[in-house]
Amino acid sequence: MSEAHAPLVAALADDALIYAQRLGEWISRAPQIEEDMALGNIGLDLLGRARSLYGLLGSLDGTGRGEDDYAYWRDEREFRHVHLVEQPRHDFGLEIVRLLLVASLDVERYAALASSADVELAGVASKAVTESRYHRDHARLWTLRLGDGTSESHDRMVSALERVAPYVDELFEDTAVEVAAADAGVGVLPSTLKSAVMRFVEDVLAEATLDGVPSSRWRSRGGREGLHSEACGYLLAEMQHLARSHPGATW
Amino acid sequence: MSASAPESDAWPLWEVFVRAKRGLSHTHVGSLHAPDAALALHNARDLYTRRQEGVSIWVVPASAITASSPEERDAFFDPAADKVYRHPTFYEVPEDVEYL
Repeated sequence: MSEAHAPLVAALADDALIYAQRLGEWISRAPQIEEDMALGNIGLDLLGRARSLYGLLGSLDGTGRGEDDYAYWRDEREFRHVHLVEQPRHDFGLEIVRLLLVASLDVERYAALASSADVELAGVASKAVTESRYHRDHARLWTLRLGDGTSESHDRMVSALERVAPYVDELFEDTAVEVAAADAGVGVLPSTLKSAVMRFVEDVLAEATLDGVPSSRWRSRGGREGLHSEACGYLLAEMQHLARSHPGATW
Repeated sequence: MSASAPESDAWPLWEVFVRAKRGLSHTHVGSLHAPDAALALHNARDLYTRRQEGVSIWVVPASAITASSPEERDAFFDPAADKVYRHPTFYEVPEDVEYL
């Protein structure tokens, strides 16, 4: 039997796993080896978080599945992450803007979940808050330097904000997943987090001499229902092909 | 290191010192590149304290360190070699002195 907040835990785990996969791509591609390590570390934090959440999920959804079952043996439609985290890696500026948004959201939502009625979820959440505060600070430091840096870095940050704009509304949408968990007293409604998250983000952007996140004519939706963009399939193919080519392999 | 970094690909070098635990002194653990002090501290955290190696980090611009040079080694260090009286063990402690 499945608990009402199982889909929320799946959503949180998938957000973390998919973004960890994207951040891992930066290793050997960041401006300096030090930044390879920084983004790689953040990715590993998120991967560890996903593993903890998948561990909970196996008992919450009643299937008894393990972390590898969720990561490697589900298909695209079964993943519940938001579109922002699956978008292809672009330039360093875009990654910093995306990290600023995701980490700011994570700080607020895991702070709220730290007092969840599900004590195991609350335990994962309180560890996640500390990690995400560091991630957010890393993104903040870089946003200030790139936004208020050279004209080239400023322009790239402006175009990064334009690129992420369509994916921001989805972060704060109360879908059936979050509503069910909130009704059960275990979750938090994303809409209630929006003002705190965006206040932090807009303050950092203003300090970095950047305008806020621009409005967008279209917006992403459907990630929480398993509807994803083209990028998701390629990401999953790369992430899953080894485990699927050699089922049960260990190394 | 000035706040306005030069517009080049080369980030300045920083030396990293980590204090392993309270009561110990900061020890040099290595160096790294970073555009400024705040990011040097972040990078140091990611590179040198991944396995709980420390409770405190210092970063110092490598350019701020004045070091003795290998060519000057003889002039700097050899004169100390034959001055055994600079070691406390050179002196015999009189038997009556209890608390030395």
